Amino acid sequence: MPATTPLTAYINGIGVLGPGLADWPSTAAVLTAAAPYVAAATVLPSPQALPPAERRRTGAVVKLALAIGFEATTRAGIDPSTLATVFASSGGDGFNCHEICQVLASSERQISPTRFHNSVHNAAAGYWSIAAAATAAANVLCAFDASFGAGLLEGLTQVAVERIPVLLLAYDTQYPEPLHAKRPIPDAFGAAFVLAPDACRASLAKVTAVITASGGERMREAQLEELRGSIPAARSLPLLAKLARRESGRVTLDYLPHTQLALEVHPCS
Amino acid sequence: MTPLRLTCFTAVSAVGRGLAETWDSMQRQRSGLAPCAFETVDVETHVGEVAGVDATALPEGLQRFNCRNNRLAQLGLVQDGFTEAVTTSARVWGPQRVGVFLGTSTAGILETELAYRRRGPASGALPADYNYAATHNSFSVADFIRQALHLEGPAAVVCTACSSSAKVFASAQRLISAGVIDAAVVGGVDSLCLTTLYGFHSLQLTSRSACRPFDVARDGISIGEAAAFVLLERPAPRLDGDAIMLLGTGESSDAYHMSSPHPQGRGARAAIQQALSAANLAPGDIDYINLHGTATASNDSAEDLAVTSVFGTRTPCSSTKGATGHALGAAGALEAVICALAIQHELMPGGLNTTEVDPKLKLHYLCENRRGVIRRVLSNSFGFGGANCSLIFGRAD
Repeated sequence: MPATTPLTAYINGIGVLGPGLADWPSTAAVLTAAAPYVAAATVLPSPQALPPAERRRTGAVVKLALAIGFEATTRAGIDPSTLATVFASSGGDGFNCHEICQVLASSERQISPTRFHNSVHNAAAGYWSIAAAATAAANVLCAFDASFGAGLLEGLTQVAVERIPVLLLAYDTQYPEPLHAKRPIPDAFGAAFVLAPDACRASLAKVTAVITASGGERMREAQLEELRGSIPAARSLPLLAKLARRESGRVTLDYLPHTQLALEVHPCS
Repeated sequence: MTPLRLTCFTAVSAVGRGLAETWDSMQRQRSGLAPCAFETVDVETHVGEVAGVDATALPEGLQRFNCRNNRLAQLGLVQDGFTEAVTTSARVWGPQRVGVFLGTSTAGILETELAYRRRGPASGALPADYNYAATHNSFSVADFIRQALHLEGPAAVVCTACSSSAKVFASAQRLISAGVIDAAVVGGVDSLCLTTLYGFHSLQLTSRSACRPFDVARDGISIGEAAAFVLLERPAPRLDGDAIMLLGTGESSDAYHMSSPHPQGRGARAAIQQALSAANLAPGDIDYINLHGTATASNDSAEDLAVTSVFGTRTPCSSTKGATGHALGAAGALEAVICALAIQHELMPGGLNTTEVDPKLKLHYLCENRRGVIRRVLSNSFGFGGANCSLIFGRAD
């Protein structure tokens, strides 16, 4: 049965950061095969929007989330302080988690207050709200490998039901050893989308989502498929490719077993 | 918003296994807090530990999920006919039309903390039997419950620290409202672990005794653990007047600080006002407020300002964390269940351990149980990072 309220939104801005992918335009060039994919470690910028005291305390997760969030809102030409947010990530700050577990397994168990508050899964949402002065609702979701699908469904539902613009931020960073061996995320990747109920001059496409039993498109290019399969936030790549190519039609995204997300995409002229 | 029915609900916490024990404790004003004897923790504080968690077995075929958090979840699933109610709901709507939205802050991180003590002496590797996805990862509890209950709908875990399992009500409500699903298992599961006990201690936020919300001498939280579940459903056209409904939800961000609330309770106030507006109610329509009431100096004063700025000083309020402890990621759902029981039994639970209400705090804080008609209640949950959520529950009639 389809949703009674269509899960429709305009995509008004995109931000991307990942291995060999510096921003949305360079990612779009790779996805349209206008430029070759050149693998390189993800470069995370220092979050200039945060006050210096806060900036010093931030790890990779916060740097990644803030970078993609501000890129997406800048490209959409929208004031980030006005947006509700949905953060989707399969894990928190891996290095921070490792440090805490190491200290707790030692004879001296005193962990630092900063380590502890950075350990919450919503640390990126907290820092974003401070950096962007965003006081609207922030939801923070985790669905392991299905985290991008969970975030996209939540974001589209908020747009459809509340009729408000929403910033969706999906991102993952790697764990150091020994956790890396158990959860081998190779590098940091993030993609952010400004989703809105109405079109604007920056609108890239109109999308409508439905839940479907099968699907989960793969990337044609082997290195991009490797990224898609190994980093949960990169499950967004088939959608990003469709948007980069300005193609109309259906794209299906990996979500949960028996529960995939299919999007009808209509580029805005 | 269109009200949704709480078709079935249950809770396991330090004050009881299931609704009957929980309510018995509330009526007798019995606290489940005791000096911390958890694992090898050497922090001088009280905790709300659930008895018998480690003796709980997971269903056959789901052993990979075995960790304290999922054992606590399993203990919750078998109370008060909850599993049977979900099975019935999945038969009515179809398993793909029933979602799973749970809050947790800890998931099974205790399993990782323990695994770090068993690293290979030469390699430093974690033991082979350690399963990251099924225990440590935040989603593990939703994955476990989705499989244990044979559900196929959308699923996610909300991780906004101490408001996690309040916000799941809002997420599920939106999906039901949009017609993506017809019902959802919502709730929260949070379990004792070293990260939270040593972490809150490092922030000097743990009480040295049993927590005393709104007391003049309050000195911090008592960490608890809980599993609380609600089956939230699109209501039938004709409802029993006694049915308990979710009437409104409100969510906001403080945009202020990672581990301190906005001192004037700016975000809390916004969440409360949004919940009232979603429920189409005025402040005077609320008969009782279940406070976030953590018993830290800053939370209680910020919440007092937020509540009194909307409600004035007459609406009866209390925090039930003196009984249950602060169940962190499960607090919102646990307190939602307590609110539903308060409505059903027409009793406002008085806050425990508080002997002298802070004269600087102006809201009407109940230290004793009070009988009275309770038609609508507000429940507050505020999390680290400034993630606020307020929920309104009430009778169907």
